[in-house]
Amino acid sequence: MAIPDVHPDLTVDRFLATPATPDVPFRPDIVIQVRGLVTRFAGHVVHDGVDLDVHRGEVLGVVGASGSGKSVLLQAVIGLIRPAAGRILVLGHDIVGLTDARRIALQARTGVLFQDGALFSSLTVAENVRVPLVEHTDLPSALIDEVVRVKIAMVGLPSSAAAKYPSQLSGGMRKRAGLARALALDPEILLLDEPTAGLDPIGAAAFDQLIGSLQHGLGLTVFMVTHDLDSLSAICDRIAVLNDRKLLVGTLESLQQETNPWIHDYFSGRRGRAALHAGS
Amino acid sequence: MTAEQGLLNVTSDGATLVLAAAGGWTLTVAGVLGRTLEAIRPPPPDDLGVPGRIRLDLGRLEALDTVGALLLRQFRDRLLHENHPVLIVNVRPEHIALIEAVWRAAEVEPVLPEPGRPLHLAVETVGRASLKASRATVELISFFGHVCTALVRVLVHPRRLRITALVYHMDHTGLRCLPILGLLSFLIGVVLAYQGAEQLRRLGAEIYVVNLLGLSILREIGILITAIIVAGRSGSAFTAQIGTMKVNQEIDALRTLGLDPMELLVVPRILALMLVMPLLTFYANMVALFGGAVMSYVLLDINFYQFVTQMRIPIDFWDATVAMIKAPVFALVIGMVGCYEGLLVSGSAESVGLRTTKSVVESIFLVIVLNAFFSVLFSTIHI
Repeated sequence: MAIPDVHPDLTVDRFLATPATPDVPFRPDIVIQVRGLVTRFAGHVVHDGVDLDVHRGEVLGVVGASGSGKSVLLQAVIGLIRPAAGRILVLGHDIVGLTDARRIALQARTGVLFQDGALFSSLTVAENVRVPLVEHTDLPSALIDEVVRVKIAMVGLPSSAAAKYPSQLSGGMRKRAGLARALALDPEILLLDEPTAGLDPIGAAAFDQLIGSLQHGLGLTVFMVTHDLDSLSAICDRIAVLNDRKLLVGTLESLQQETNPWIHDYFSGRRGRAALHAGS
Repeated sequence: MTAEQGLLNVTSDGATLVLAAAGGWTLTVAGVLGRTLEAIRPPPPDDLGVPGRIRLDLGRLEALDTVGALLLRQFRDRLLHENHPVLIVNVRPEHIALIEAVWRAAEVEPVLPEPGRPLHLAVETVGRASLKASRATVELISFFGHVCTALVRVLVHPRRLRITALVYHMDHTGLRCLPILGLLSFLIGVVLAYQGAEQLRRLGAEIYVVNLLGLSILREIGILITAIIVAGRSGSAFTAQIGTMKVNQEIDALRTLGLDPMELLVVPRILALMLVMPLLTFYANMVALFGGAVMSYVLLDINFYQFVTQMRIPIDFWDATVAMIKAPVFALVIGMVGCYEGLLVSGSAESVGLRTTKSVVESIFLVIVLNAFFSVLFSTIHI
């Protein structure tokens, strides 16, 4: 099948052509592989030998105390910070040693929603969603407009929001708009940084539901940093707990049996039990 | 095999046009796919006048994303519009959820902005702009009043003055300004002496370069260059600092803690600027004169002793001090505009940048206008 002139990394069967890195065996069912990750800030060790596999099609929730390095882990996975040691493979590519062109191509396959949406404040919502489509595709303008309209509708924003500027939107709507931009290029992986922080419980539940339905509909893999026990029980398949610079992965039920005091308090405290109760 | 055939195989089965999707209908091939689907025409009606039918088989579609699903929808809608319903068959189970989600989203009607009438729009724009300008003027005057009362309050109760903040701002707006101000003043002095010497040499009146330098630098140039640098350096910093605090809701936090932002943020800044500005002006004057003296020595062989002696002839007490009278006034204007624009910041980071630009432009504008006003005033009262 001939492909029009797009970057080779953006082709349809690009995924299968991914080279395996010799020391970390590549498995197509694992979209993010983290091995022995060490990150440091000014002598302070944030992660010390973190291992993590994110499976294709799952929703993984990452929890941990404030300052335990949840957001740092997310930033390392999207390549915004360079780890001191260890490997991070996203879709089989080691994100540290990538050339610029390949890194950009890889970034087009991952969508990121930052905490408050991180919308470009000088652009309207529709223009925000347009940005990745204009930069990374050669679609005709009319089709881009149509795609933008569909994405905005898919994240549950009213179509009147399209022409508004981020400062005119509420926090929940900004997050939805940020999600629309993150989904603009139909990424395989969606990374979310505290998607429900700052939303009221109804808004948070609706956002959880939205992520769940989009994940189901678009076949996304979701990597979600969160504090929200309700999100964990509502949509997460597995949960990774960052505690004392290490990562522990399990399900909500298995983590409740943990003896580590912090993890025990987190999941078996009153709020943890209530969330689990509501979820089951 | 062309790309079109790779994505869509067209055959016909009697009167029915059979389309078989293949490959991946995704973003990367959306351009080609869109053109391919666009080119499909409905088959002609058969002999009995029954319209030709179209069947689209998605059974061998390997990948589908939102753009593919959207193009599928557009294709179906176009043919439906032409009275040729498309029968879509063999949809793979893993594609059903996606197609449903996209088609549901595509049904949401776009809201188009109301087309405005140009004449109404023009009148409205002018009206809004005038109202905004008049409101801004009133607000600036009322801000001036606030600043004055806060300054008086601090003078009456000196214990309310934040000494730490005052010293901090004097350090940042004064001491740290010295290198750049010195360099620029020196260069201005050099340039003035050079240009003056060129012209005056023709008349054999080289020594009057000193008069030219003395009068122009002490009365006008020194204070103007200081005011412009301070506006660019400190006025903009005031706006950006206060603006960022506004974005972070720090100003609101101060108010809820019973602290007056005026007293805490505005007064120390303006007072610091009013205190250091005369010092900076004096420094700038001296350095500029020094630059002029160096250039006079190099070009005209006027030594420093001659320079100083000659300087005392045209310069009287007022020539040496008018700049010191202007300095605190300019400082008040620059500080006030800087803080005022900072407090006007709203919402976004973009607004901080916008207000900072405005603050610098406004304060330089006001400084030059005031300087002209002062020139007229001083010449009227003969000082």
